[in-house]
Amino acid sequence: MARVELMDYEKALELFEPVIGLEVHVELNTETKMFSPAPNPANEKYHGAEPNTLVSPVCLGLPGSLPVVNGDAVEKSISLGLALGCSIAASSRFARKNYFYPDLAKNYQISQYDEPIAFEGSVEVELADGRTFQVPIERAHMEEDAGKLTHVGGATGRIQGAEYSLVDYNRAGVPLVEIVTKPIFGAEADAPELARAYVSTIRDMALSLGISEARMERGNLRCDANVSLRPRGAEQLGIRTETKNVNSFRSIERAVRYEIQRQAAILAKGGTITQETRHWHEDTGTTSPGRPKSDADDYRYFPEPDLVPVVPTTELIESLRAALPEPPAARRRRLKGEWGFTDLEFQDVVNGGLLNEVAATIAEGATPAAARKWWTGELTRLANASETDASGLATPEQVAQLAALVDAGTLTDRLARQVLEGVVAGEGSPQEIVDARGLAVVSDDGALIAAIDQALASQPDVLEKIRDGKVQAAGAVIGAVMKAMQGKADAARVRELVLERAGSGGA
Amino acid sequence: MSHADDLIRLNAADLAGRLAAGDVSSVEATRAHLDRIAAVDGAVHAFLHVDADRALAAAAEVDRARAAGESLGELAGVPIAIKDVLVTEGMPSTSGSKILEGWIPPYDATPVRKVREAGLIPLGKTNMDEFAMGSSTEHSAYGPTHNPWDLERIPGGSGGGSAASVAAFEAPLALGSDTGGSIRQPAHVTGTVGVKPTYGAVSRYGSIALASSLDQIGPVTRTVLDAALLHDVIAGHDRHDSTSIDMRWPSMAEAARNADVKGLRIGVVKELDSDGFQAGVRQRFHESLELLEQQGAEIVEVSAPNFEYSIAAYYLILPAEASSNLAKFDSVRFGLRVTPDGGGTVEQVMAATREAGFGPEVKRRIILGTYALSAGYYDAYYGSAQKVRTLVQRDFDAAFAKVDVLATPTAPTTAFRLGEKLDDPLAMYLNDVATIPANLAGVPGISVPSGLAPEDGLPVGIQFLAPAREDARLYNVGGALEQLLIAEWGGPILAKAPDLTTHELTATEEGAL
Repeated sequence: MARVELMDYEKALELFEPVIGLEVHVELNTETKMFSPAPNPANEKYHGAEPNTLVSPVCLGLPGSLPVVNGDAVEKSISLGLALGCSIAASSRFARKNYFYPDLAKNYQISQYDEPIAFEGSVEVELADGRTFQVPIERAHMEEDAGKLTHVGGATGRIQGAEYSLVDYNRAGVPLVEIVTKPIFGAEADAPELARAYVSTIRDMALSLGISEARMERGNLRCDANVSLRPRGAEQLGIRTETKNVNSFRSIERAVRYEIQRQAAILAKGGTITQETRHWHEDTGTTSPGRPKSDADDYRYFPEPDLVPVVPTTELIESLRAALPEPPAARRRRLKGEWGFTDLEFQDVVNGGLLNEVAATIAEGATPAAARKWWTGELTRLANASETDASGLATPEQVAQLAALVDAGTLTDRLARQVLEGVVAGEGSPQEIVDARGLAVVSDDGALIAAIDQALASQPDVLEKIRDGKVQAAGAVIGAVMKAMQGKADAARVRELVLERAGSGGA
Repeated sequence: MSHADDLIRLNAADLAGRLAAGDVSSVEATRAHLDRIAAVDGAVHAFLHVDADRALAAAAEVDRARAAGESLGELAGVPIAIKDVLVTEGMPSTSGSKILEGWIPPYDATPVRKVREAGLIPLGKTNMDEFAMGSSTEHSAYGPTHNPWDLERIPGGSGGGSAASVAAFEAPLALGSDTGGSIRQPAHVTGTVGVKPTYGAVSRYGSIALASSLDQIGPVTRTVLDAALLHDVIAGHDRHDSTSIDMRWPSMAEAARNADVKGLRIGVVKELDSDGFQAGVRQRFHESLELLEQQGAEIVEVSAPNFEYSIAAYYLILPAEASSNLAKFDSVRFGLRVTPDGGGTVEQVMAATREAGFGPEVKRRIILGTYALSAGYYDAYYGSAQKVRTLVQRDFDAAFAKVDVLATPTAPTTAFRLGEKLDDPLAMYLNDVATIPANLAGVPGISVPSGLAPEDGLPVGIQFLAPAREDARLYNVGGALEQLLIAEWGGPILAKAPDLTTHELTATEEGAL
């Protein structure tokens, strides 16, 4: 591949105005699929099932099978539409999007075309520094997910060079809501951050509505980022690219930034942008061209004749509206006050996409400070190391348990970090890991005194020094004891015991 | 007449009565029909698949249940033939296409499940035009079915197999599917009764879709009462089909049994009573109307000016929906797979499979439909066709404001010769001129034998149409006419059909078919 030239970000912003548009797919966590009675793998209960075990004649597209709309999926879609500030269509219709691909069992996708269930909304999105943006929503529509292809053979795991491909239809028919923004103007240099904050807001929304597991690393939430540039002062929008496969908050920000720099370099040289789908590569932090895309892509949409229009009653819509949780931005303001975090502390939580994790951890009994500390500290460090999002590494329940073990004196911070590594590695609950790895603090004074005596035996002058008032000399003994106890001792208690020994005048 | 011959000639209602009375067992009745199939189907070729073992086992189970005093449906123990468009668990279901050869569905279509639950005995699967595209059964990938009245002639289509099986006494009942006349037109040319119920009255779940907004499953029988009894078994709401109607239906059998046309207003559609119809077809049509009038029905001429655009609209809507419905036949999950020499990409395998697996009529309609849905052409073709559809529906609304039912000849001609229209798709399409409007509007229709055309001695049918959800009216008027005609003829029309036992073929001849 030819080396890609990138323009310095500040320079790019000087010359061009970035315009972004975001498409977010939210997998609903309904019990069954969008159009079939098969269990839904996007529901936590069925996650990780063996390939092709969550299927029915409908999701396999067997001859004679017919789709039936999942009422729960419709209600969850309406709730999401309302949370996005959208109008809900009095009557909306499904349409067939026709194209051949082996992961698409019927070779058409049932989606919505000109009559989406929700349209014309607006979402308040807050940036790290507290400024807010209104992101305009074009529409939110219901559709079914496709199956999953695994390309076998070849070096890259991609379709090029593969010997054969396997199809898993478990995901075929998973209910999706696709949320499409209008073009977002005016974000300027903040466009990458706004993109990330927007997706984070959608995730908060989905979680507080309880309509999706919303885990990006599992593909419950997927983002395609459209980016175009136009020269300063120009009216007409530039040619856009659509970057797919952006599967973490981090990558959304990086991918938008990368496309701005890449497109700027091309445009500045007098080149033109190819309208295309691009794929984001987490490992290299770059995008590469996928298939060319044009507005003339002909999916031969037509109204799905196997389904009748979705006509929700006003009562249903109003009851769902009445049950809506607090909007994310308002909720953030409230939580910040309740938790007593500084601006900086709160931004850390929000930028990490960890608001719900922290809130849930506090609900599980942890103090706000402890919840924040573990999520934005050690878990974020581990997430960065493995280039993923912290939210997927542990559950709020696990973190609350960890905090409780520290509060009870069972774990020191240092031991707690080791336990957390075990949690992330899937070794079980904190208590189980403490038991299995034998990581608890040794609180038996007898064992500590034995270790102190041993340390004093090899450093006989220490007690003298302490008695002479050189209390800092205790440090050498404490260090030796901690080493002997493999860190599983409370250093403060060891210090107390050493000083006691000196005071009692023994040895 | 032997005992077995007696059994196969019984109407379903009469056979059911004998079964209930214990005069005959279901195993005997089933075996008689299986023997008949063995004797004549080499000549007729109504069946693509016969499952004798399973049929006899099901019959034995009904006999056991009856002996144990269990409560059984009215038609329990009566054999039935099933059009191959309906998927049957454990039994091949090809829809007349090579692309599904050898595929064994893992589930039953809802109408099939219902007939099994009612204790009917599925004998096998009947021949049809590939994916129900045709009016002669000549487009079957497995060879044509022959009309029992004249083996050189077509049995109608697409459900020629179901109609011929009933006309040839291979089964007293059959299930068909009607997208533009595929139940009614075969009934017309074989001297049988065929009903297309109101769209949504019978579940389409498990019916291999041709055109989703037009397809409807219905009964194929020798009498109006038999059709009504079968209709009562298969109709009803099904949560697997979103377009299925959720309502309590009146008994069709009761409507047939209490047939009375006194005061019934029958509208004759002016536009479908023209020179375009064969003289004998029109003659029998008018004689039937006179009989009904003598019984107190009122005959009124009505106009349906938009019916003439029906065929044009139909041949845009049907191919459009079919082009999408048939996309799933791609070799990836089931059915035929053809790999090009030296292997190929999945797209190349899909293309090679579809090239080899679909017949010419199917390809013609897929191409037509793909074109009609294409960007830039959608409004002119699919969009306009949907507008015509609305106009046809309005014609029906206006007509039914004046009359209770409409009457037309079912099809323009008697059975034509095999091969006669095979190379002229437009001539073939015109067979459905009188039946298509009902599918576009979703209203029910019945075809009842109205006699033999004097010029060729072949059967013709009269079609009655009723407003949506008023299927019972069809059984009323059809049942009344049937009684009048049988009284006039001195017996059922099929008594005049040639005796097929003289046509039993040798194995070599059978192979030649």
